[in-house]
Amino acid sequence: MLQVSIYRYNPETDSAPYMQEFQVDTQGRDVMVLNVLELIKQQDSSMAYRRSCREGVCGSDGMNINGTNGLACITPLSAVVKNDKLTLRPLPGLPVVRDLVVDMGIFYKQYERIQPYLQNDTTPPAIERLQSPEERDKLDGLYECILCACCSTSCPSFWWNPDKFVGPAGLLQAYRFLADSRDTAARERLAELEDPFSVFRCRGIMNCVAVCPKGLNPTRAIGKIRELLMENAT
Amino acid sequence: MVTNVTNFSRSGLSDWLIQQVSAVILALYTLFMVGYFLLHPELDYIAWHGLFSHTWMRIFSLLAFIALSAHAWVGLWTVITDYIKPTRIRFGAQVVLIVAIFVFLVWAIQILWGA
Repeated sequence: MLQVSIYRYNPETDSAPYMQEFQVDTQGRDVMVLNVLELIKQQDSSMAYRRSCREGVCGSDGMNINGTNGLACITPLSAVVKNDKLTLRPLPGLPVVRDLVVDMGIFYKQYERIQPYLQNDTTPPAIERLQSPEERDKLDGLYECILCACCSTSCPSFWWNPDKFVGPAGLLQAYRFLADSRDTAARERLAELEDPFSVFRCRGIMNCVAVCPKGLNPTRAIGKIRELLMENAT
Repeated sequence: MVTNVTNFSRSGLSDWLIQQVSAVILALYTLFMVGYFLLHPELDYIAWHGLFSHTWMRIFSLLAFIALSAHAWVGLWTVITDYIKPTRIRFGAQVVLIVAIFVFLVWAIQILWGA
């Protein structure tokens, strides 16, 4: 029997959050954490969590699993459970809407701030803007982000200043557009980032790299943004 | 763009660069001092005074003190903005920090050139 301890909070009925214990029979199989949540949902249908694709593509079910952020759908029990104990909490640092569901508003706001779309003021060619294979290669490791917020909500700099520090997810995307050969707004993008908070609140502790379910490296992207800022300013 | 007026240089890039460079200067000064103490196990006042009577040593020391001041300003400003949220208390802490750094720096100059 798997002992599951889950963070519960319903603002309409509960005065404070609490941890609720569940017993789940996985029949000895190494299932995903999301499967466990579904079994719990059968025991208590009031349990709230987000999910959609159940294969690590949509980024809906980011949560804190035994102390580490990850996607419930692609985290097998064998990777996180010791002594048959599983503790699930919502992503840290964001306001809880209910149970494991958090309000991602400020996370999206920071994403919006870095203008995550291609900007090009030159006349568009008749068909499309071409890239060489080498130019396209520069976007590998950047474009794959699914915005699950596992990285930003594991970052203490984002916990303390979510309104000012863009956070690893936003900065990875900021660099994705800075590195794109088709984008011509690099100077304007960099000017928005050179204050002491937006990029420089990163202290390089690499929590983001440790938790990213897609294996991406926001710390390296932040380093590249610093290099671009240096090139522009020295 | 987030506006700031109490950080060291008004710019995050410049603050960051100053912190990197000042860290190197402080590391060199620390290595020099540790090396000096190891080479002079029986250090007395005459030798110590002799070391600091050299102009290069005074310049090196002042450089290290200025680097320490800038480094402390950037680093502690960051800590203060992380952990102190009420604006009045945060601004008060920043003023205390900056005044303290100024006082210690002037004091250091007086010690270096006063003797």
